Amino acid sequence: METRSIMIVGVGGQGSLLASRIIGNVLLSQGYDVKVSEVHGMSQRGGSVVTYVKYGDRVYSPVVEKGEADIIISFEQLEAARYVQYLKKGGHIVTSTQQIDPMPVITGAAEYPEDIIGKLRAKGVDVIAADALAIAEQAGTSKASNVALMGVVSKKMDFEESVWLSALEQCVPPKFLELNKKAFALGREAV
Amino acid sequence: MKTLMLGNEAFARGLYEAGCRVVSSYPGTPSTEVTEAAAKYDEIYAEWAPNEKVAMEVALGASMAGARSFCGMKHVGLNVAADPLYTAGYTGVTGGMVICVADDPGMHSSQNEQDSRHHAIASKTMMVEPSDSAECKEYAKAAFELSERFDVPVIVRMSTRVSHSQSAVELCPREERELIPYEKNPGKYVMMPGNAIRRHPIVEERMAAIAGYAEDCPLNTVEDNGSEIGVITAGICYQYAKEALGDSVNYLKLGIVNPMPVKLIKDFAAKCREVFVIEELDDIIETHCKKNGVAVKGKELFGWLGEISQLKIRDKILGVKAEYDTFEDNVPVRPPVMCAGCPHRGLFYCLKKLGVTVSGDIGCYTLGAAAPLCAMDSTICMGASISALHGFNKVRGAESEKKSVAVIGDSTFMHSGMTGLVNIAYNSTNSTVIILDNSITGMTGHQQNPTTGKNLKGDPAYAVDLVALCHAMGISSVRVVDPYHMAETEAVIREELAKEEPSVIISRRPCALLKYVKHNPPLKVNTDKCVGCKQCLKIGCPAISIHNGKCVIDHTQCVGCGICKEMCKLNAIGD
Repeated sequence: METRSIMIVGVGGQGSLLASRIIGNVLLSQGYDVKVSEVHGMSQRGGSVVTYVKYGDRVYSPVVEKGEADIIISFEQLEAARYVQYLKKGGHIVTSTQQIDPMPVITGAAEYPEDIIGKLRAKGVDVIAADALAIAEQAGTSKASNVALMGVVSKKMDFEESVWLSALEQCVPPKFLELNKKAFALGREAV
Repeated sequence: MKTLMLGNEAFARGLYEAGCRVVSSYPGTPSTEVTEAAAKYDEIYAEWAPNEKVAMEVALGASMAGARSFCGMKHVGLNVAADPLYTAGYTGVTGGMVICVADDPGMHSSQNEQDSRHHAIASKTMMVEPSDSAECKEYAKAAFELSERFDVPVIVRMSTRVSHSQSAVELCPREERELIPYEKNPGKYVMMPGNAIRRHPIVEERMAAIAGYAEDCPLNTVEDNGSEIGVITAGICYQYAKEALGDSVNYLKLGIVNPMPVKLIKDFAAKCREVFVIEELDDIIETHCKKNGVAVKGKELFGWLGEISQLKIRDKILGVKAEYDTFEDNVPVRPPVMCAGCPHRGLFYCLKKLGVTVSGDIGCYTLGAAAPLCAMDSTICMGASISALHGFNKVRGAESEKKSVAVIGDSTFMHSGMTGLVNIAYNSTNSTVIILDNSITGMTGHQQNPTTGKNLKGDPAYAVDLVALCHAMGISSVRVVDPYHMAETEAVIREELAKEEPSVIISRRPCALLKYVKHNPPLKVNTDKCVGCKQCLKIGCPAISIHNGKCVIDHTQCVGCGICKEMCKLNAIGD
């Protein structure tokens, strides 16, 4: 099987590390060779954060490059726009509708683009949008919006729900497992 | 069973399996998790040292005492530890000694893009370079074997993509090792001139022996795919090359990057019409090839800057460009910012308001340089804020002393800020130093340090009293402020700047992300009172933005620190 690439983008603090680990565990359990690339350190602090998940018979580079991503998972709309150039022709974007103003917008040096999802769709990009934050809050905590979006993503990938749930059990501390399972289930129902 | 592991975690697993007993490190992205993961194995004694020099000396001492030992650091940390490294190159080891250095091509979280291979060459030590997590574990184990076999410290060179990528690792049991009996051996370990002169030829012989070993060893591998094109590479670049070029070229993958083989490279190149060297940062492999008469292409194609990737290799070697869509509108950049509730924010707002010159340092607070606070004039390296301020004030005199400060975090102060402060007292400038004590090493992801009262394992430990320490160093005027109270903080900075003596202000408030820090409920904007004057936006809090002419506070980010409330003259922000 040719290597497939998933890119997870968002704002530092939104939980993209956990999301990439959940997907990585799902893929490993299905017998794929898997590489998950994370970014730690300075960019965690409210900056634009990118992680990559690649899988196939044999994965070499852990990095996803421009034009290579089969799926881009975005926790924030502006980040979906920023990284659309990494999407392969015919790839999918799964994005939360959440908007977080970056500092140049807060200070008035730049403007947040309008109707990002509409503009992406107008380019012919397949965009699946869901309000992951609202879903997570419905499940009981805004902190689970990453896992809520994983629920949405799980509908776009051909793996049994049980596989995702056991990956959740491996990656989420027991204390928060039930909350996250609920957010995941609501995410699945949302699309 | 295969497990997904970060390169750094796999490295730590290798330490464990190899029977390593002592780990001493200073945190630094992207190296930190090696030591954090090693600390989880009960069989390994692991500690955070105050800096990399101390860490390396601890590891060397443990090696002398007969144990397998380790120290880890980022690339610039190896500069701090270079002093013991270069002499450890002469002494060699007793128990195997392994050093992790993590380079950061592309500068994801560093102040420069230095290539640590230069240190291995200059210190006459051995360096190996893994390319994925499985190799991180295997190379860590091999490094101990080689260290003991050749009596040399072995550096394992990591890079951001190897350290911070997860891939599958097969776990093995630990092999316990007896301590090697201690025998006093001044000729090997007392490096005064007479002994060092006798050690140097041994060192040269050793490096020649390792170079001979590198000609035919399992870490240097040839993949002959019957091509006329050859690629010589190492580390993560091997993975990029394999992805871009597959089995269409021959590969020489160097697991040992210092010293490098000669005959192996010549024989490999002789079978190829054209040979490319693919390496990030400097032209170490390329220069070695050319020096030995092997014609290769490298930097002329790939340049000296940042990371290489499969995309760049396809472009430069195959002439294949990537195809992709772009988003036409301008997408505003999203630089890192201080978190909502960050205790540094109030302090930097005061500094901006006072218009002082700020000599900065390495840590989360370096973000004080970014808009809208823009309250930093320089950032060089760990500890430089204090010493550079002294030099600055020596030149610009009393006027400057009243209008300039150094800012440095608690961990950075312990690392190498203290010596600068001693210099201020000893060689007398009336400089004002602000220690931003957030009770943790923040930027690298919350590591304990000598001021926090806990050790790496989380157990209670001696906590350095910063006030007493500064007094003991000769600073009489030491004040403690809470940066959440901006008016008081500003007043204290004014007073200390005005004094005709050196002074230290400790700006003390734990990092808002620490688990034990209790947050207040998110603040709310009273839209009847808010007139959209944007005064509260001047502090650069990511939780506050303006929509439809009124300020909005993001309840998912706000921790109720109250700095914005202090900014609002209309009392429009409240609980």
